Amino acid sequence: MTGSKDETRRRETVLGAVRKRIAAGAGGSGRQAAVEARLAGQAAHLIPARSRQDAGQLKALFAAQLRAANATVLEAANEGELPGVVAGYLRSQNLPLALKAGDDAWLGDIEWSREPALSIAHGRAEPDDGIGLTHAVAGIAETGTLMLASGPLNPVTLNFLPETSVVVVRAGDLVGPYEAAFDRIRARYGRGLMPRTLNLVSGPSRTADVGGRLVTGAHGPRRFCVIIVG
Amino acid sequence: MDVTAHAFKSNVKAALKDAQLQRALAGLPTGLVAQRAAARARLPEFEALRDVGREIKNHTLEHLDLYLEAWEKNATKAGAKVHWAPTGADARDIVLEICRAANARLVTKGKSMVSEEIGLNAHLEGAGLEVVETDLGEYLVQIRHETPSHIIAPAIHLTEAQIEADFRRHHTHLPKDRPLDEPVKIVGEAREILREKFIKADVGITGANFLIAETGSSIIVTNEGNGDLTQSLARVHVVVTSIDKVVPTLEDVTTLLRLLARSATGQEFSVYTTFSTGPRRTEDPDGPEEYHVVVLDNGRSALLGTPFQEVLRCIRCGACMNHCPVYGAVGGHAYGWVYPGPIGSVINPALIGLPEARHLPNASTFCGRCESVCPMKIPLPGLMREWRTQDFASGGGTRMTRWALGAWAAVARRPRLYHMLARLGIAALGGLGRRRGSFRTLPLAGEWTRHRDLAAPQGRTFQQLWAEHKQGVPR
Repeated sequence: MTGSKDETRRRETVLGAVRKRIAAGAGGSGRQAAVEARLAGQAAHLIPARSRQDAGQLKALFAAQLRAANATVLEAANEGELPGVVAGYLRSQNLPLALKAGDDAWLGDIEWSREPALSIAHGRAEPDDGIGLTHAVAGIAETGTLMLASGPLNPVTLNFLPETSVVVVRAGDLVGPYEAAFDRIRARYGRGLMPRTLNLVSGPSRTADVGGRLVTGAHGPRRFCVIIVG
Repeated sequence: MDVTAHAFKSNVKAALKDAQLQRALAGLPTGLVAQRAAARARLPEFEALRDVGREIKNHTLEHLDLYLEAWEKNATKAGAKVHWAPTGADARDIVLEICRAANARLVTKGKSMVSEEIGLNAHLEGAGLEVVETDLGEYLVQIRHETPSHIIAPAIHLTEAQIEADFRRHHTHLPKDRPLDEPVKIVGEAREILREKFIKADVGITGANFLIAETGSSIIVTNEGNGDLTQSLARVHVVVTSIDKVVPTLEDVTTLLRLLARSATGQEFSVYTTFSTGPRRTEDPDGPEEYHVVVLDNGRSALLGTPFQEVLRCIRCGACMNHCPVYGAVGGHAYGWVYPGPIGSVINPALIGLPEARHLPNASTFCGRCESVCPMKIPLPGLMREWRTQDFASGGGTRMTRWALGAWAAVARRPRLYHMLARLGIAALGGLGRRRGSFRTLPLAGEWTRHRDLAAPQGRTFQQLWAEHKQGVPR
């Protein structure tokens, strides 16, 4: 590796050049304070009005945005019905009933045995895994976006490697704007801290690189199914 | 990469004659342009968000040193290894050293314009590494030994027929008679081939759309999911980015994200927006063991405190080129370096020098569409004009051009003389052209009349009409 002396020199060259240019301008003494204040608590900027609606309207917006992005949206009345809804979706797509799933506290409590035909494995996604099932921290109605956080029991690869991605979100975790979802992240991890990977996902993988024509199923999942529970 | 910006004029001639290119570019108005307009119409706050976005970036640039330091501190705390690169050569060397230390043989790459800027692929390949682009458009460009012609749609210059031919030529291990007559089949073939690369890769390199000072994170925005497979399956993740990508907080980046996808592709939101903070944690079942971020300057810091500081607000959405009549006519390669379109015409002279890129600020009709669609409200035409001024001041242009501009300026600075000469000229032209109403050829205006007739002037001059209007004389 490059010696730490080189690293230090390069760092000083870049940051020194930036400092010099800014000092030559109108930089005042309050700069440090302004930066610290902003990092300690920036108020939300303009939030689009569409994300300030009641819970029922947000749920409808969330589902409509996802469907417009070629996702499937289903509902399960409660945790007990979830295994049946998952199995029903897989059957409707002629897919095998074998899942690789996350295993966080909430997912771990689901009684998958209610649907005996379902086989569930846990852990990171392997190339042969056809269907990934994950649990979103939040569903963002504004654009129909799922927020997923990686962790010991939430492998990030489950969202990208399998051909079919099933994401479960609790109705109580649906929020209007992105800002409300980030509030949950801050509440869970602490201000300034993040899970290693935070994914915002808004549909199946897609590309328009061939002649500008939209094709779903580029490198990530071809099918994207969201199940709202409760 | 090779620079051919100095040859802009001959590049343009070739591009205008390239039938395949013209066919490929014909889809722009109904594609990205129409999609952006629809997305804007769906979000009543869009225009107001542009003002907020501009303020966020202006604030950040005024405190850039401090936000970079805050980002570095938080990224390092999360386990990131931060590398600063004053020049492209520094950045290339740093990435190669990371690959060597990882004993890497195969490197996968997500889309990164900064990596194009520093010529990373050639450098790594020269050292014996296999480098595979995984964004479909980038992959197409790579197997053709070309460079991207657009910053978000790298293969926008290619037709479906060309892509099919390239796949048949390049993927010789597959049956010759396989059907590839639809985009979905081409995408499926690329998916199979690249999947193997994702899984085998030792190092995954991505760019970053943003860095967040508050959390020390880097962000990538994609639709294909290739960037995520690149960074979560390889043992080492290297982010190659630049100093202008940092923003203060999650609230700030959220506002910019609301503008990015809508301006770029007209999507409500891109399919994948991924925040990465440090390497795999102790109990994580997946993710990279090492996470490096290489932060490039390469001439950007020198723009701070100059009129060109405004281009550092750019979030690389591509709207300016999608809406540019010049880009729409000649495509991206004619610009001769990494960044095409109006943003390239402003940023390339700064990064590769005005003598090399002096034609680019002239590649504009000054119609102003680029500025009117830029989510960051960068005054692109004004900045092109600034480059033209600097070019003239430093002796750019042919002797004939300089003489003509000098003569015109001498007259234009004397309004009475100017009006008198204009009156005489217009009267003469009007008299000569009275019978036909227009001219097919005209001395000194050959470039105009080669393509269309010049209408003969009629009646009084604008200045005369204006003077009468002010005095209230009825026409």
